[in-house]
Amino acid sequence: MDGYYHQHDLPRFAEMGHHAPELWKRFSEWYGAVFAEGALTEREKALIALGVAHAVQCPYCIDAYTQVCLEKGSNLDQMTEAVHVASAIRGGASLVHGLQMRNAAAKVSM
Amino acid sequence: MSVPVTTFDDALRGAGLFPLRASAVRVLQINVGRLCNLACRHCHVEAGPSRREVMSATTAALCMHVLAQTTIPVVDITGGAPELNPSFRWMVERSRALGREVTVRSNLTIMLVPSQADLPPFLADHEVEIVASLPYFTAGPTDAQRGAGVFERSIEAIRMLNALGYGEADGRLRLHFVYNPAGAYLPPAQHAIEADFRRELGRRYGIVFNALYTIANMPIGRFREFLEASGNYDRYMVRLAEAYKPSAAANVMCRTTLSVGWDGALYDCDFNQMLGLAIDRGAPTRLQEFSLERLMERRIVTGPHCYGCTAGAGSSCRGVVS
Repeated sequence: MDGYYHQHDLPRFAEMGHHAPELWKRFSEWYGAVFAEGALTEREKALIALGVAHAVQCPYCIDAYTQVCLEKGSNLDQMTEAVHVASAIRGGASLVHGLQMRNAAAKVSM
Repeated sequence: MSVPVTTFDDALRGAGLFPLRASAVRVLQINVGRLCNLACRHCHVEAGPSRREVMSATTAALCMHVLAQTTIPVVDITGGAPELNPSFRWMVERSRALGREVTVRSNLTIMLVPSQADLPPFLADHEVEIVASLPYFTAGPTDAQRGAGVFERSIEAIRMLNALGYGEADGRLRLHFVYNPAGAYLPPAQHAIEADFRRELGRRYGIVFNALYTIANMPIGRFREFLEASGNYDRYMVRLAEAYKPSAAANVMCRTTLSVGWDGALYDCDFNQMLGLAIDRGAPTRLQEFSLERLMERRIVTGPHCYGCTAGAGSSCRGVVS
């Protein structure tokens, strides 16, 4: 194996249903329902997905949702802002844990 | 990843549409040549300033002769930049005199060429419908596809057209824009991106228009060259095939359109024309042999590129089809 991530693996995602077909079926139906137009538009959901893809650092998801965002009519300005939102939450999430550090330090400090 | 394993004809069989046949000839689409003042990166015609394929006055006259023999209601003039053809205005005048609707597919920037200064009022006087390329409401994607400065010049041309009354809601002068993706991906939902165009062009430039048509890039001509050079060809073809919709196939434009080449040859569509896929299986192949009866139920010549018109909501010279 020359690496863990390959673009040609993305279309093989459905192979995850080969040994758990019922779970895959339920996941697929739920996934489809999640991304259907509802209170949010398909475009807004795709932008959220793009941001989350960066937060979880999934190259498959980044590849797929970059394409989806473009196909939903988003432009690079909007997509870049979505990535910044995800990054700000990631960064903020780390930073806010600094309060735990402060609490822990306070507990053991005079 | 590989190119689609299901042939387009097999996809048609799956929907009970094989063999695909025309149902009527409602649009006579005349490609008057490949000469253009632009050389866009996605152009399936590979048009440009150096092209020399231009419809002659004799062939233009033959087009109008054929039109007069029929009741085909719509004449759709395309190119290249069709306005550069010396017979363009005569064809518009003749078609209108015959009582037909006329559409011109314009790149907009042609209206700023000094020799075409009187073009906008000419089009308005003859109530020619304008379908204009404008791939995005900002300069970046537009200029990346169509050349540096094209967006700015397009906006200037649109303002000229708006000043003449083009694009007003319910007005008689119809102005439509065409969105093409600026890359190897499918167009968005037409209604969604149209709302964006209307809001942003209105807010930024005070521009009005009637409708936005989303058209998928066809994997032929310069766009195919881009796909191959960027390593996107196989993936794009798979994407088109995966997005195949039988409802779009049932309404593809070739079923009601007849395409005429600059040299008078007949095709099922402008894309087949650029691929050199002439009408066959017994139907007339040239204007000189024109027979509406034999053309209106002709069998359509298909190929892998046809997936470009049947992906998602479908794609045609009038945007989505389903």
